Amino acid sequence: MTPPRRQRRSPGQDRPAALPPSGRPGASGASGKEGETRNPERLFVIGGEGGGERADIDLVTLIVARADPPVSATPEQAALLRLCAAPLSVAELSAYLSLPFSVVTVLLTDLLATELVHARAPIVRQRVADRNLLEAVMHGLQKL
Amino acid sequence: MDFKNSDTIPGPRTEDQLPHTAEAAVKIVIVGGFGVGKTTMVGSVSEIRPLTTEETMTQAGIGVDDNFGSASKTATTVAMDFGRITITDQLVLYLFGTPGQERFWFLWNGLFEGALGAVVLVDTRRLEVSFDVMGRLEERGVPFVVAVNSFPDAPRYPVAELRTALDLPEEIPILDCDVRRRASSRDVLMTLMRFLHALAMKGALT
Repeated sequence: MTPPRRQRRSPGQDRPAALPPSGRPGASGASGKEGETRNPERLFVIGGEGGGERADIDLVTLIVARADPPVSATPEQAALLRLCAAPLSVAELSAYLSLPFSVVTVLLTDLLATELVHARAPIVRQRVADRNLLEAVMHGLQKL
Repeated sequence: MDFKNSDTIPGPRTEDQLPHTAEAAVKIVIVGGFGVGKTTMVGSVSEIRPLTTEETMTQAGIGVDDNFGSASKTATTVAMDFGRITITDQLVLYLFGTPGQERFWFLWNGLFEGALGAVVLVDTRRLEVSFDVMGRLEERGVPFVVAVNSFPDAPRYPVAELRTALDLPEEIPILDCDVRRRASSRDVLMTLMRFLHALAMKGALT
């Protein structure tokens, strides 16, 4: 038996249509397509001062609170500030707050502007990766 | 809006808190089809119980997906599980397991672009679901290794045959794994790191 073969796309070729959803007719007990939850959609209206500008924030930007929540803080801001008394990634903030990533970035944009939090930018992959960084990660994984 | 009282939100357990010295984070993305074991792999090596972050896809995303739900649906929530490994007092590694369908990727700002690299997790019973993912990673210049999660009833192919089927060059590692086992998942990550290291050495020479 041989495995199915991948056909490479030539550059410039249009993307093939997305794979059709795997049909599981009548699977009422199924939890739905992966990555999609069946909860009712929530609507978010979180206003900010920034007029739509968002800070450059990655899922793994580490956030640290610089101050206790001021009395003027919204409940979401206060909760976020309490969570990141110690450094915490934006992904973790999103998980603990049960708020989507984009909503957390809106909250953080305001908190950064008012200097209530500090952001520690992630190390992103460079064209030539930093060998010391890679070696540090390898060393850390070996300890697992 | 309906928001939980901020005093009642459970934060990280004390043992799950990062040290104050944590300066920066890096990330690795584990990508693969439905049920291939991404979350299992994240869970087997993560020091924290895997967490879930969500993103809401609203009308902006609808045009990119022809199969997108019914006409009346205007938003969907896409979830991604992730875990964490503290590397040093200063450095933290995050592992994200993300669905193979590329239509979800744009939601996560720079998820792949900033990642050190990716693990494409495949199931030999449904090898074809990973074809598109590999093509997109190649186009974006994201280095990756291929990990074959060993399911008992899945066909086993020699690596050479898989390499031919996946049309991958000799230098891209392909390895078997059992993601339920921490040591095996760690070996996959180590293989990725050694591959990235070799790429860095090559880059430094040219």
